[in-house]
Amino acid sequence: MLEVQNIRYCFGGLVALDQVTFHVPAGKIKAVIGPNGAGKTTLFNVISGLYAPEQGSILLDGRRITGRKPHAIARLGVSRTFQNVSLFPHMTVLENVKAGRHCRTRSGILASALRTPAQRREERSIMESAAAHLEFVGLAHVAERPVSDLSFGQRRMVELARALATEPRLLLLDEPASGLNTRETDDLARMICRIRDRGVTPLLVEHDMSLVMDISDEIVVLNFGVLIAEGDPPAVRDNRDVIEVYLGGDFGGASR
Amino acid sequence: MKKTPVVPVGIVAAVLAALQLLATAFGREYYLTELIMAAYYSVVVLGLCLLMGYAGQISLGHGGFFAIGGYTSAILTTRHLPWAAGTDWGGWLQRAGVLAARQDLYGTDMITVTPTAAFAAAMALTLAVSLLIGYPALRLKGHYLAMATLGFGLIVYRIVLGSEFAGAADGITSVPPWRITPGLVLSGRRAVRVANYYAAWGFALLVVLFLIHVTRSRVGRALRSIHGGETAANAMGIHTAGYKLKAFVISALLTAAAGCCLTHYNGGIWPSEAGALKSVRYVALVAAGGMANLWGVLVISTVLTFLSLRGCFGTFDHAVFGIILIAIISLAPQGPLKPVAAWLRAAGRALRGGRAGDFAGARTHHA
Repeated sequence: MLEVQNIRYCFGGLVALDQVTFHVPAGKIKAVIGPNGAGKTTLFNVISGLYAPEQGSILLDGRRITGRKPHAIARLGVSRTFQNVSLFPHMTVLENVKAGRHCRTRSGILASALRTPAQRREERSIMESAAAHLEFVGLAHVAERPVSDLSFGQRRMVELARALATEPRLLLLDEPASGLNTRETDDLARMICRIRDRGVTPLLVEHDMSLVMDISDEIVVLNFGVLIAEGDPPAVRDNRDVIEVYLGGDFGGASR
Repeated sequence: MKKTPVVPVGIVAAVLAALQLLATAFGREYYLTELIMAAYYSVVVLGLCLLMGYAGQISLGHGGFFAIGGYTSAILTTRHLPWAAGTDWGGWLQRAGVLAARQDLYGTDMITVTPTAAFAAAMALTLAVSLLIGYPALRLKGHYLAMATLGFGLIVYRIVLGSEFAGAADGITSVPPWRITPGLVLSGRRAVRVANYYAAWGFALLVVLFLIHVTRSRVGRALRSIHGGETAANAMGIHTAGYKLKAFVISALLTAAAGCCLTHYNGGIWPSEAGALKSVRYVALVAAGGMANLWGVLVISTVLTFLSLRGCFGTFDHAVFGIILIAIISLAPQGPLKPVAAWLRAAGRALRGGRAGDFAGARTHHA
């Protein structure tokens, strides 16, 4: 479904991503791991169009999306969450999720000003869909609360509902478990599997190794912007380069 | 989905009608003049409220747009066009309603652009200028719009102050009345004051309704999401640059429209309307009204503008608005009305629910 081909991205003189190539198959849970500064979030920003890569291309179902604007990429079916949770703070929980429906609806300023029948119908459909997505993440009971009232874990779930409301085919989850307690992380794991079962392909960046090993079908490992390993969880766990990166130095007699 | 706010509109309309009746009954109809002017200035502030309060983009050049509207109307409707007299297409333009023959104050025959055609020209010019400023400035994230509009406002001010065709420091006077429909003439004459009062406030309330409908819709959510986090809004499929530009253009058009109307009502326009202090005043009024709060902005801007026009702030007029801006930003960023409204709601609950309600109300207030 997603092809990442030879992506190179630099911050000034610092090469954040270099020759990164991998494939995300539809219906599988794929995870990107690596130490801090490995370029994982940069990779997500490139995929969602926030950063334009210097080289390489990204294909979604065979269609090139590099060079398109973020909002156009979202409309093509790529949605995401953010590492630090980026909700719209002045809006209620429900309004945040409704904003996710934007790219699947169309009423403009004139239709809104005149409250045309089509616009009213669309607003009702937005309402129903947003409510259903809140129900899915288990937050229907706080729909009318401002997001600032919510716990961090709940905010992560609102952000997830907002991302799902855009009807993505590919969902980028940037460290979805960070800041969550053990119980919330277990709920999250189940949630990611349910999302996959609904036909959305999750791609996650995550530091919580037990979560990654539990639910991922495939893992790619980045280190200093370079892809150093790819494979299923056992293969990645036993990979010498990965062990070296995570534990440092000559672990178990491995030497270069 | 929220309904059309019939009740608040009804209340405001009733208050306005009561004010008119009281003013007429007590022979104080001259108060209506300031209320009419306050209505038009409130349209400016409401337009800025869409841009600032909802989309989170600051414009320091709305005085410039007001002046573009007012000066375009004033120049076109007061300038005699000798070439139009007696020529074929001069006659054709007159039949089309673009030009009209009239007499100036001293009885000299002249042919000028009609107020309606001048209004259309002002709107077209405002559209072009706002796109020209907004398109480059709003493709970027950050405060580029504030800087671009500040420069724009200063340029407009220098142009109208330094140009002979704009009357330089004297401005333009003897702008003719604008006959919109048979019973409705925008003019400062005493005979039509009450009609002008209702026309101006009808316009302001229409703008409020328009903005309420827009802000409580998909478009409004898009604007507020830009305010809340542009990157996230963008990644959720919202064309943020496009919506910022639309909000800016609508805001500029409303401001220029108010400038046209007020210029006809006052019978003239002066360079101070384009001044940076006017632009800052509009920003202060949006902040004082509670930013994303259309009714709050309408009430606060009407009251403060009325007091300012009555001369209540004396020589400190501009300073008062500067102080308000500083006070709001440092003491009550949500505006002074939110805490008052919360207190009133808590008091209402306390009255209805007795002691238990009092406790609940107090708790809500503190939360």
